[in-house]
Amino acid sequence: MRSVSVDLNNDASLLIDIPDALCERDKVKFTVHTKTTLSTFQKPEFSVPRQHEDFIWLHDTLVETEDYAGLIIPPAPPKPDFESPREKMHKLGEGEATMTKEEYAKMKQELEAEYLAVFKKTVQVHEIFLQRLSSHPMLSKDRNFQIFLEYDQDLSVRRKNAKEMFGGFFKNMVKSADEVLISGIKEVDDFFEQEKTFLLDYYSKIKDSTAKAEKMTRSHKSTTWNFFYLFIFLTLKLGKLSDLFEKLRKVEGRVASDQELKLTELLRYYMRDIQAAKDLLYRRARALADYENSNKALDKARLKSKDIPQAEEHQQQCLHKFDKLSESGKRELTGFKGRRVVAFRKNLIEMAELEIKHAKVSNIMTGSHAERTHTLLD
Amino acid sequence: MAASSDRNPPPFPSSEEPEAGLSDMADGDSDEGEDIFVNNSNPVAVSRGVSQPDGVNEEPPDLFSEEEASNPITKSNGVHSDDDNDLFAEAHVELSTDKSGNSSGKDLSSVSGPRTTSSFNQSPASMQPTSLEQLEEEEAKDSFDVDVAVTNPEKVGDGMNAYMAYKVSTRSSLPMFRSKTFSVRRRFSDFLGLYEKLSVKQSLHGCIVPPPPEKSVVGMTKVKVGMDDPSSVEFVERRRAALERYIQRVVSHPSLLQDPDVREFLERDDLPRAVNTQALSGAGFLKMINKASDAVNKMTIKMNESDTWFEDKFQEVENEEQQLRKLHALVDSLVNHRKELCGNTAVFAKSMAMLGNSEDNTALSRALSQLAEVEDKMEQLHQEQAASDFFIFAELLADYIRLLGAVRGCFDQRMRAWQRWQEAQSTLQKKREAEAKLLWANKPEKLQQAKEEITEWEARVTQYERDFDRIGMTVRKEVLRFEKEKAKDFKSQIIKYLEAMLQSQQRLIKFWEAFLPEAKAIA
Repeated sequence: MRSVSVDLNNDASLLIDIPDALCERDKVKFTVHTKTTLSTFQKPEFSVPRQHEDFIWLHDTLVETEDYAGLIIPPAPPKPDFESPREKMHKLGEGEATMTKEEYAKMKQELEAEYLAVFKKTVQVHEIFLQRLSSHPMLSKDRNFQIFLEYDQDLSVRRKNAKEMFGGFFKNMVKSADEVLISGIKEVDDFFEQEKTFLLDYYSKIKDSTAKAEKMTRSHKSTTWNFFYLFIFLTLKLGKLSDLFEKLRKVEGRVASDQELKLTELLRYYMRDIQAAKDLLYRRARALADYENSNKALDKARLKSKDIPQAEEHQQQCLHKFDKLSESGKRELTGFKGRRVVAFRKNLIEMAELEIKHAKVSNIMTGSHAERTHTLLD
Repeated sequence: MAASSDRNPPPFPSSEEPEAGLSDMADGDSDEGEDIFVNNSNPVAVSRGVSQPDGVNEEPPDLFSEEEASNPITKSNGVHSDDDNDLFAEAHVELSTDKSGNSSGKDLSSVSGPRTTSSFNQSPASMQPTSLEQLEEEEAKDSFDVDVAVTNPEKVGDGMNAYMAYKVSTRSSLPMFRSKTFSVRRRFSDFLGLYEKLSVKQSLHGCIVPPPPEKSVVGMTKVKVGMDDPSSVEFVERRRAALERYIQRVVSHPSLLQDPDVREFLERDDLPRAVNTQALSGAGFLKMINKASDAVNKMTIKMNESDTWFEDKFQEVENEEQQLRKLHALVDSLVNHRKELCGNTAVFAKSMAMLGNSEDNTALSRALSQLAEVEDKMEQLHQEQAASDFFIFAELLADYIRLLGAVRGCFDQRMRAWQRWQEAQSTLQKKREAEAKLLWANKPEKLQQAKEEITEWEARVTQYERDFDRIGMTVRKEVLRFEKEKAKDFKSQIIKYLEAMLQSQQRLIKFWEAFLPEAKAIA
């Protein structure tokens, strides 16, 4: 179930999915499955095991590839986070002595469900990352992407090498500099001027919304957990009423997780996507700065009548690079707009429909119980 | 969910269910009747609990039977039992504190009659085990025609001497009141004062006197200081509702209603200020109960109960009190979580509105603003749900935790009565021994005195024995009545709770259905 992006996996020449994953203690091993008609691959269908770190490696190498400077690199999937269910599992273990067998079994079941939900979420987010790449005309042809999909050995050696080469230093530099550079540059192009203003503002708003949505979702979940303890307790005392509470709680739980998937995850994903778009703007701004510097250098060279051809050539390179980035950037950002609107539409509709469905179910259950309680009263 | 065989610990309240109701419930969902409406007590004939009762029919706990010992009355369908021997004539007089306020034809004066003059030579023959048909006849309940409401909290005075005055309105067609409708203004300490008077008098008889709500220094200080914030408002409302429930419970108790202090409380315009109410609210109340328990525990002679009803019931009450405490803690925590969710939802809604403003696609921008509004409405719903959880559920539990404490208090009173009797017996014994010694020593004047003392103590022993028996019967009756009331109370509160939930759900559906077209309109 894709919650965040529209259907990406519809180009039959390269189909990717993650059909299953294994959870070993802290590490998740994803099975990346590829089906392709392209001759660049050795086989038409194959699967490889990959860890989260492999995805990060792939993302980082793409970011650092000069040729892709004019593209929005799909944001890297976040690290799998099992902390919440794991913590609860731990508490459950500690409290085992004070519970009845039945209570313990129920709690365990609940925890396993939560675990599973987190699991599904992380698989999905890793899958979408790959599908974004496979559906991009340029990125899908990337050599490292191919290696990621096909190489049947452990990628850890490559990962280490990459780390040594780039050291993650460059990325950090980008993060801290971009806002200043982007806003400081004198923009020549209306389109980019507008985009810049919009993206900077939108980013801060969506970042805020994401954080607030996360908080709300967490609250929602802890309310359902509370409901759960209440239910366990009521099982002993109130017969049918506890039945109702159990069912309501399950529905509440689904509401909370649907809301998380459709809304919170949506916001989170686009927040990261917008960051990627901002990175593109940064690179272009950088290129513009380089071009302007090269102009200044050329003027200086002409003044001194020294090294003019090199300066001219350098200036031409910078201009060329800048133009390429602008052209590609414009294309990417326009595509991004459309993609974002479509994704929001899809998810908001789905969320509303699910909320209605769950509320109707709850309503029917509560209604029938209220009726039964009434007849008992008469 | 609860297996029908699982009766341990016994569920909450009891009630009477006519046979017809049984079949309704067997609708695939088994155990319908098992839940809160089961009474596990044995239908037993009247007995003192100490001596061996005759002709006691111990029926195995029947799901729908109720602990009723007197049947002749139900059959005759009237309260006016000329059968003075039947203590339980009154058992049918009480019942639904009823909203419909239809006057029963019963003359309340008959209520207090048999109480003091009954003998306990109950002929076992008159005590038959209850049957379901009798329960059905029971259905024609009598209702009291007294409605009391506590409304209009108003702040009187300023600063630290300020207090809240509540309007206590009574509507009744009973002749004991001066008029049909009337109201007075009362403050919190007046309610406490009423409780003090009642408990001093009535609990000695084994009556379950409903305890008043707790004092709260923090809550009241805020109100005094004049803060108008929502938590103060909530505090006052909570107190008002609790006081109302308290006084309603008092007037729905047949013997308490007869008490002149109650009438004075309801009617008298100028009530003298109650003093020494410190001892009686909240912690003070519990201390009192626990002191009584301690006295009982210190008793060196343990009562030999041949009828286990009292022991079993006491254990039940203790267990239930514990369970309710746990449940109350859970509901409390649920309320807090919901409130937190409220806050977070409101904050999120604002953020979403800002995002909607930033959005450059017009249709999406509008949709996001709409979403912000829906989330705002959700916050309101959560708020209401939390209030419902609290006012309906949590307060109900809190009330019954206090009430169960009062029930325990009753049992302790009975023990003390027994103790008094035993002590009197042992004193009598000593006097007799002393008399015997005097006889032997041949001192005629002292002998006369000894004989007089013996007579005096013999009378006391008889009196205390009577007291003990009487208090035992009262306790039994009170407990039965309490269980009935509890079942009704829980049922009606649960229905209220469910109905509030239903409303909330329906509104939620409307909100999202209104939003859906906006989402679909995004292009």
